[in-house]
Amino acid sequence: MSSTAEPIIVKQVAKSYTSGQPVLKNISLTLHPGEILGLIGPSGAGKTTLIKAILGMEAIDRGEIKIFGTTMPNRKIMARIGYMAQSDALYEELTARENLQFFGQLMAVPKNQLEQAIQHASAVVNLDHVLDRRVSAYSGGMKRRLSVAIALIQSPDLLILDEPTVGIDPELREQIWQELEAQKKAAKSIIITTHVMADAEQCDYLMLIRNGLAITQGTPAALKRQFDVTTIDDVFLKAGRLQDANNRVG
Amino acid sequence: MRIIALVNRILKQMRRSPRTIILMFVAPLFILTLMYLLLSTNNTVKTRVGIYQVNDTIVTNLKSNKLTLKSFNNKNKLQAKMKQHDLDAFITVSGKKIDVTYQNSDLSKTAYVKNTLRAGLMKMNTKALINVTKAQRDVITRQQQALLVLTKQQPPAQKVPSKPTNYQISNHYLYSNGSATFFDQALPALIAFFVFFFVFLISGISLLSERTSGTLSRLLATPIKRNEIIYGYLCGYGIFAVIQTFIIVFFTVYILKIQLVGSIWLVLLTNILVALIALAMGIFASTFAQNEFQMMQFIPLLVIPQVFFSGLIPIDGMAHWLQAIAHIMPLYYAGTSLQNVITKGYTFSDIGLNLLILLGFAILFIWLNIRGMRRFRKV
Ligand SMILES: Nc1ncnc2c1ncn2[C@@H]1O[C@H](COP(=O)(O)OP(=O)(O)O)[C@@H](O)[C@H]1O
Ligand SMILES: [Mg+2]
Repeated sequence: MSSTAEPIIVKQVAKSYTSGQPVLKNISLTLHPGEILGLIGPSGAGKTTLIKAILGMEAIDRGEIKIFGTTMPNRKIMARIGYMAQSDALYEELTARENLQFFGQLMAVPKNQLEQAIQHASAVVNLDHVLDRRVSAYSGGMKRRLSVAIALIQSPDLLILDEPTVGIDPELREQIWQELEAQKKAAKSIIITTHVMADAEQCDYLMLIRNGLAITQGTPAALKRQFDVTTIDDVFLKAGRLQDANNRVG
Repeated sequence: MRIIALVNRILKQMRRSPRTIILMFVAPLFILTLMYLLLSTNNTVKTRVGIYQVNDTIVTNLKSNKLTLKSFNNKNKLQAKMKQHDLDAFITVSGKKIDVTYQNSDLSKTAYVKNTLRAGLMKMNTKALINVTKAQRDVITRQQQALLVLTKQQPPAQKVPSKPTNYQISNHYLYSNGSATFFDQALPALIAFFVFFFVFLISGISLLSERTSGTLSRLLATPIKRNEIIYGYLCGYGIFAVIQTFIIVFFTVYILKIQLVGSIWLVLLTNILVALIALAMGIFASTFAQNEFQMMQFIPLLVIPQVFFSGLIPIDGMAHWLQAIAHIMPLYYAGTSLQNVITKGYTFSDIGLNLLILLGFAILFIWLNIRGMRRFRKV
């Protein structure tokens, strides 16, 4: 394992759940150090499945996935990844601080740095003043923010965020993006899934997923140029129509 | 380190959940007390009693269709005699002293003989008392008549009949020594059952909600090992299970005052093994449930049947194939061991094999759980 290796390499991955229909068909992508990669696509496109496959939490049928040069699944590499699941996975009976403590301990944050790490991670998402409240008393948006904070707790080299901005107000969304930019400057790499087009605009590189296939990819500016439109939304619509047309022909 | 973090988290969660605490610590005591009140009265059964030097008056008063008397002309080798003739009790009378030796392996029989003897003696006393009173009344009437006839002459003092014989009963027991009731007999099984039931339910539902809330897969996105999750769970909930076991055992021994012939530590050890099995089985069963209701469905399937084989119903009397089934149930080994320790004073070496089998069950289910975690993460 070398630290200079690409944070994520996905090669020709295919996956179908036991129930039949393939969810991922031949997906390849590379996340470079210090890059923010956005996976965008409609609900049910297979984004979450791809994220889980990258983390080694879902078995893949074909292809290869490497994180920092290590073939997945791998347990130890998890310590270098900050993951935020699509649905909040929090302990409701515990306070936000206790949730952060727990995941900090699992991520092997040294004891004498844990308090500081909690302070920093919670400040990014504006939860530092309500840390001692129980999660069960949190609103949906607060839970989302706490999940972001948990992903940041060990200041990981790689952030994998599944729909981090759902249910978060624009002001806070901006604040989270500031943190992501700061992480990027510190040479951390980030992969996020989203269907918020404002998020997409802020990514360095985009990959549009539809029906388990990467229908197009490139920087936001290049994509808009390529499809001759002004928004990522329109890129998506055009690319989607193109895919359907190809299917009909093929 | 990661296990400690997991254990700490479980302890915090439990402390914040008063309902769970009450379910674990108060509910078993409530049910045990209720059963104690309900079962402490005896049901009768057919009994066989050996007698030596018991006078006819007593015999007549003892006779009942649930009690067969068998006369002996000595009381040598009492234990062998009772075993050979399948006697539940042996009564010897010498003077005013009645010695009763109870076999006492079936506590309801002991209680029946004891009550019959007491009732018989009381009946005898009452009859005697009536006779005495009658005689006294006769004497008084005659005295009064004499008084009327011979007003100036004092009649010679007439002797008043004496009081009835006051027998002294002293009880002896081949097994145990006590004021045992059906409750005492059922109790070892009940203790094991309650420990099993509540631990099974709580550990199962906890892991289930860990899975359905998504925190389990979130947990698996950290460098935690699969077996660390299982061990963490066993330790975290194990602490509560042990506390619960202590509460139940101490409550039954010191508050309900059951007869405990053997060592209380052996009772605790056995129950801690039961708790460990229940923990592991609960976690295992939870992987096959999608929600709490489905978890509850395992109770009639995995928990209730074990009660019947835990010594609540004597195993010896069962059909052979039923006895075979008993041997695959952890509560069978736990129940019979507890019964032997509590009522017959069995020692560690006497129940060692059963404890080993219980440990085997625990290890089997822990292993299955660690294997089962592979479903969630391959490494
Ligand atoms: N555990 C699962 N078992 C079976 N099918 C699943 C499972 N998880 C997701 N799917 C299916 O896979 C497809 C892609 O889902 P997902 O990856 O969650 O999409 P997205 O995150 O892009 O909304 C959907 O059709 C979904 O129904
Ligand atoms: Mg998704």
